[in-house]
Amino acid sequence: MKNIKVLGTGCANCKNTMKLIEEVAKDKGVEIQLEKVEDLQSIMAYGVMSTPGVVVDGKVVHAGGVPSRDKIAGWL
Amino acid sequence: MTNLPLPRRSPRAFLLIAAAAWFWLYQTLEPLSHWLVNRLPVAQGSPLYDALQFFLYDTPKVLLLLAGVVMVMGMINSYFTPERTRALLSGKHEGVGNVMAALLGIVTPFCSCSAVPLFIGFVQAGVPLGVTFSFLISAPMVNEIALALLFGLFGWQIAALYMGLGLSIAIFAGFVIGKLKMEHHLEDWVRNMAHIQATVGADELTLPDRIEAGFASVREIVGKVWLYVLAGIAIGAGIHGYVPQDFMAGFMGKDAWWAVPASVLIGVPMYTNAAGIIPIVEALLAKGAALGTVLAFMMSVIALSLPEMVILRKVLKPRLIATFIGVVTLGIMLVGYVFNALV
Repeated sequence: MKNIKVLGTGCANCKNTMKLIEEVAKDKGVEIQLEKVEDLQSIMAYGVMSTPGVVVDGKVVHAGGVPSRDKIAGWL
Repeated sequence: MTNLPLPRRSPRAFLLIAAAAWFWLYQTLEPLSHWLVNRLPVAQGSPLYDALQFFLYDTPKVLLLLAGVVMVMGMINSYFTPERTRALLSGKHEGVGNVMAALLGIVTPFCSCSAVPLFIGFVQAGVPLGVTFSFLISAPMVNEIALALLFGLFGWQIAALYMGLGLSIAIFAGFVIGKLKMEHHLEDWVRNMAHIQATVGADELTLPDRIEAGFASVREIVGKVWLYVLAGIAIGAGIHGYVPQDFMAGFMGKDAWWAVPASVLIGVPMYTNAAGIIPIVEALLAKGAALGTVLAFMMSVIALSLPEMVILRKVLKPRLIATFIGVVTLGIMLVGYVFNALV
């Protein structure tokens, strides 16, 4: 099972990103473990400068803006 | 290959056609709005007629301008990721660094919700504190929405002036903060973070990708602000038709010396984007408010906001926040007074 973290301090785009990842995962029938990281220090530890950032299995795959559906599908 | 949409197949041709269509539409708006208002059962020259004409012309004009500028900026933004800007700024000295940071603030995509991660990322990579502040002040204040709206409503001179002054404040404030050597007023956990090397990933975007990025930002930004623009223009139209000329001259005219600081103070707790504020600004100006006072008000609304200060408090100690607010306020007031004296 893939572990996906969404990094963000709670702006609207971060919530949209969470929702979109859940949707795509459901559509594809992939089980994922989705987490939200809101703590600033933990976010910075990933070296992400623009939020929302997305981390898949410990690797930063996206930073800044809501990712596209295709991009999310690619991670899954 | 022939099934590909035009932006993918021949991006240059697509951009040319789109630009031509945009200009044609823009030219058509004024006659169209007259034609429309004349079809309505409203007496020509009445306040309602003026208000309607203002609303029907300005709404599509401002939205069209906004879409055009956001599209172009979206494409330009795709060249300047925050990572690249950071790499350009790391190790730069104060002075040149402040100027570069303020300029890069215009073209680097920026959302106030990532102001803090950006701030830390810059400091961590060895961008001097004052240079980081120049960026942080310029990025929200001199943004494409503000410039597009000023250009649309008041002409290029005012837009250029706003840009020049916004940049000057960002450079000046960042330079002063740098000179004050306030690095130890960063919160401890920020100072103790490991220093990192600024690197840039390979940029493999093609022109069609950038066009797509432009459309994405049009969808995102125009989709978010159109309602504010509409509401703002409606308020503006109301004032336009009904409030007597020179109504604002007493409170916000040139002779009221206290108007500049008062406008800045009123602006701080107000938190709206440039789109929401500009139509109101237009109405104020039309009714006799002084340009410098109105610009100071607008800059204060956009550049100094309470919610942003609350987030920044997580990384800055109170004295540094106070200095930041103080220097920026000073710069904005200076702009207000200089403008009122010149124009």
